[in-house]
Amino acid sequence: MKVLAAMSGGVDSAVAAARAVDAGWDVTGIHLALSRQRETLRTGSRGCCSVEDSHDARRSADVLGIPFYIWDFAERFATDVIDDFVSEYEQGRTPNPCLRCNEKIKFAALLDRAIGLGFDAVVTGHHAKLVNGELRRSVDEAKDQSYVLAVLTPQQLAHAVFPLGDSTKDEVRAEAAARGLAVADKPDSHDICFIPDGNTRAFLASRLGGDRPGQIIDNDGGAVIGEHSGTFGFTVGQRKGLNLTRPDRTGEPRYVLSIQPKTNTVVVGRSADLEVGLIRCSTPVWTTAQPALDAQGWRCSVQLRAHGKVSAARVWATESGELTARLYEPQRGIAPGQALVMYDGDRVVGSATIQTAEPSLNPAGAGSA
Amino acid sequence: MLGEVIAAMSTAMADVGNPSSLHASGRRARRTVEEAREQLAAAVDARPSEVIFTGGGTEADNLAVKGIFYARRQADSNRRVVIVSSIEHHAVLDAVQWLADHEGAEIVLLAVDELGRVQPQSLRDAIQAAEGRVALVSVMWANNEVGTIQPVAELADIAHQSGIPFHTDAVQALGAIDLSFARSGVDAMSVTGHKIGGPYGVGALLLGRDVACTPLLHGGGQERDVRSGTLDTPGVAGFALAAELAVKARCEQAAALEQLRRRLTDGIIRAVPDAVLNGDPVDRLPGNVHLSFPGCEGDALLMLLDARGIECSTGSACSAGVAQPSHVLMAMGADSARARSSLRFSLGHTSSEADVDEVLDVIEAVVQRARKAGSSS
Repeated sequence: MKVLAAMSGGVDSAVAAARAVDAGWDVTGIHLALSRQRETLRTGSRGCCSVEDSHDARRSADVLGIPFYIWDFAERFATDVIDDFVSEYEQGRTPNPCLRCNEKIKFAALLDRAIGLGFDAVVTGHHAKLVNGELRRSVDEAKDQSYVLAVLTPQQLAHAVFPLGDSTKDEVRAEAAARGLAVADKPDSHDICFIPDGNTRAFLASRLGGDRPGQIIDNDGGAVIGEHSGTFGFTVGQRKGLNLTRPDRTGEPRYVLSIQPKTNTVVVGRSADLEVGLIRCSTPVWTTAQPALDAQGWRCSVQLRAHGKVSAARVWATESGELTARLYEPQRGIAPGQALVMYDGDRVVGSATIQTAEPSLNPAGAGSA
Repeated sequence: MLGEVIAAMSTAMADVGNPSSLHASGRRARRTVEEAREQLAAAVDARPSEVIFTGGGTEADNLAVKGIFYARRQADSNRRVVIVSSIEHHAVLDAVQWLADHEGAEIVLLAVDELGRVQPQSLRDAIQAAEGRVALVSVMWANNEVGTIQPVAELADIAHQSGIPFHTDAVQALGAIDLSFARSGVDAMSVTGHKIGGPYGVGALLLGRDVACTPLLHGGGQERDVRSGTLDTPGVAGFALAAELAVKARCEQAAALEQLRRRLTDGIIRAVPDAVLNGDPVDRLPGNVHLSFPGCEGDALLMLLDARGIECSTGSACSAGVAQPSHVLMAMGADSARARSSLRFSLGHTSSEADVDEVLDVIEAVVQRARKAGSSS
């Protein structure tokens, strides 16, 4: 088998490539240059495509004795991931750029190019399993990345290889050290790779043209209790940085409940108001055969953000092809724009984009739909 | 590297001695260096005192551009304009940009035509437009990407009519075309070892005896006080020998390379009829074949050919290895798609007809494959 190993310069993708070599496959390492203005050196745990990272990837490929190239996908990444990220925030939603990158770059632009060039599959260092073509959670629950892969279709998954799904991160690091890969103790990357300083708000402000002042409204009575300089600085469930002028009458802390870009308003309320049980989603993608979404609803578990809580739920399809999920127990702080990922045990079945989330008067278990 | 060069360097390496020292072993090393200086001078038709050894072509370019700029500006503070062609190597372009960012230099880029040639009239116009304010002119002898050879002597003459010093980056030209420092009339000329079968990290700036050049490296006063630092005796010995051998073999080798070049160029265009040759078809480096393959990404072609044992280049890559749309092709009027679809094959003294035929055997299939990958992404 001829495979292309996507090598970020981190420890996971280096070990994934090493295992592909061990499997006897013909492996070519590719580092994706995703940033238009690349930093020379990596700063802290942020960023993932500095020149130093590409150098780390190259050194791993040297150790593995595989050919290595750098491909420039900066234009595609800017359009499909960064512009999408900015526009989602502008519309009051909270996007997941890693998921978008898997959907549009790694398993679309890169995979298509790989297939075009005669490769059979793309190997990545994601912590997830593929069992008979079905996507499953990694054995390392803390590092599991099945959530950000749940946007892939069976056709995409048929050309994907995730060699790390049966290993914990600690095992991967130990293996990297044993293999003499210099990235064995390289820090994990966190946060958003294209915002190296971690200041999402400042990044969005620079992209969206600075301040757009508006009101912060209390959901209990609708009083204006503060001002903000742009709805893009907020995400559902956020507590910090609200700078409210009036304390709550019960003295409870307040959280962002919703963002209304049309009126440029941020609505805040109490912790209990964050609870949602009924979620409407659009654009479902099935990673495997679509389950029967009959009137009873399909019983599954859902995860509503990366590394978020898993809830039992029932899922129905609406006439327009959208999905409705009713949770058995409410969750807090669910933001439109995030993905609802459906699991059957540790098996990923599909995903859809959260459009609205509201309190549920009838929990899923009580009564019929 | 050439076998004779490796042997000469090995001999020099076994011999202990600092060429700056006064004792017997120092004198021996110094003799080796001075013989190398004479050897290199003879190879490029210069005087030994005009040879300033450096740590390679980039250093030679930086020394020429910055050193001459500083000296000229010191003599007359109005002289801040640096005229360079738009297809210079980054060792010149980035040095000039640095002068603009930090030293108040004003850059004038000379346009090139669609074959990559600087028109003498454009230099005349540029000098006239900045009369009395030009510090220096720098135009490369032959372009490293598309191979186009510039009318260097004519351009140097135009600069001299206004009393302006002229530098040329001749890194690609040495050993490939007839190169005479004296006859060309240029004031400064950069050359390097690794392009001619010599060692890496050794080069030289040929600098006319009357050309003022402010040093960038200060210290022991070596190399006419223009470039301080203990010389790499084995390196300069190897470089000078390689230069001598390259110049001696040049006529015969250039003829052979031109034949191979035609075989490769014609063969590729027969196999891929819409492939386009970039650069001057006649006045070009004998071993340079640079083509655009419409509908392909150069880095996809590179990978596919590499997998078949054929090594080529997508032109300029930044330090991280990301292929950039070439500034040379862009200056020649190509759009970024055409620039990205380009590939350079370099033929050298080890290239054979069999090597060329190997490329011709696979090029059609490789281009088809790359087109498929290109259209899907």
